[in-house]
Amino acid sequence: MSYARRALAVAWKDLAVERRSKETLNALVFFSLLLLFVFQFTLGGDRERLAAVLPGVLWLGFVLSALLALGRTFLVEREHDCWEGLLLAPGDKSAIYLGKLAGNLALMLVVEALVLGLFVVFFDIDLGRALPGLLVVVALGTLGLASVGTLFAAMTANVRARELLFPVLLLPVQVPILLATVKATEALLLGEPLGAVAHWVKLLVAADTVYLVVSLLTFDVVLEG
Amino acid sequence: MVRVLGWLVMAFAVAPREVTQGNVQRIMYVHVPLILASYLAFGVLAVASLVYLVRRDPGADRLAHASGEVGVMFVGLGIATGSIWGKPTWGTWWTWDARLTSVAILFVMYLGYLLLRGTIEDPERAARYCAVLGIVAALDVPLVHFSVYWWRTLHQPPSLMKPGGFAGSSSILWPLLVNLVAFALLYAYLVARRVRLLRAEAEATA
Repeated sequence: MSYARRALAVAWKDLAVERRSKETLNALVFFSLLLLFVFQFTLGGDRERLAAVLPGVLWLGFVLSALLALGRTFLVEREHDCWEGLLLAPGDKSAIYLGKLAGNLALMLVVEALVLGLFVVFFDIDLGRALPGLLVVVALGTLGLASVGTLFAAMTANVRARELLFPVLLLPVQVPILLATVKATEALLLGEPLGAVAHWVKLLVAADTVYLVVSLLTFDVVLEG
Repeated sequence: MVRVLGWLVMAFAVAPREVTQGNVQRIMYVHVPLILASYLAFGVLAVASLVYLVRRDPGADRLAHASGEVGVMFVGLGIATGSIWGKPTWGTWWTWDARLTSVAILFVMYLGYLLLRGTIEDPERAARYCAVLGIVAALDVPLVHFSVYWWRTLHQPPSLMKPGGFAGSSSILWPLLVNLVAFALLYAYLVARRVRLLRAEAEATA
């Protein structure tokens, strides 16, 4: 099997398992709905104040659901005792990484689309012209979160206190992604064109590239033994 | 080792004597070398992590481990001393200034590194995972730097947070340089001791 085929096989397997069990997706959808309630209750009903913090709250929603989703990346294998099976896959292990990453990206983008839709409805955001730019920022930010998240999920899969350690490791590393996405979203929602936040988009592209390359190069090391 | 300690004693004994300013300013002689020595520690950690992944030499891992511990301690002390200096000088313990934020992120990032080490029992696996994390963290530093810089400076002029103008007179510069060397040596000394201890631990359990 070629490299791409092997990566696709892993992604396909994960998505098929998810489609049949809907374990993660159902809980994530419900969780993001609850987050919306929590934001509304903790921030109060003041429209103006909500509008001011909306970009931050939106990304808080994305990040919290991403932490839950990404942390589970390798739990399917753990829970069903397929870890060895995964390790026995022939060839370069980074194909497994790409497959897992693709599965994670698909899952996260579905949840994020849903959260964005809920935000539009509940907080009455006018996406309008901001949507194309916002999609670029969300896609780049999600790739950044998922690329390191998938690598760290593999590292914490066999570790004590994994639920705690995973966010503790991931969040500090993701500060650049968070700052860039929140600031860019803020500007876009204020009606500025994507060109006005070009420096943030460049930072996101640079971060994504660095994270992807490091993850691909080091994933072999994480999975051995 | 005795000679290193001698250097330290000299640096601490000689440096303050040359100072004629207010007492609070003296913190700078500890604060700046602490932060710079912690950068040195994290740099060594990154290189040692890379060397470990390539050569699988447990010695490189022990060097990374020790550097991580000393670096986190230094940066923590650096933040604490900066905070103590900031209260009378800036009137606040903490502000989200670009540099402060970067250093704080650095601190939590490498604290996470030590946490990861602490939770893995198998030393070989701990070495591998920590080496990967060490490399990711090192490559993240420039990204953190730029994002935080833009985040703050596009927001408000940096001139607000400028520390109370230090003139670059040589009476300040020399004690600072002596202390820089002293803290680099202190780092080397602590790491050497820690590496020796880690090696002894590894031999004892082997």
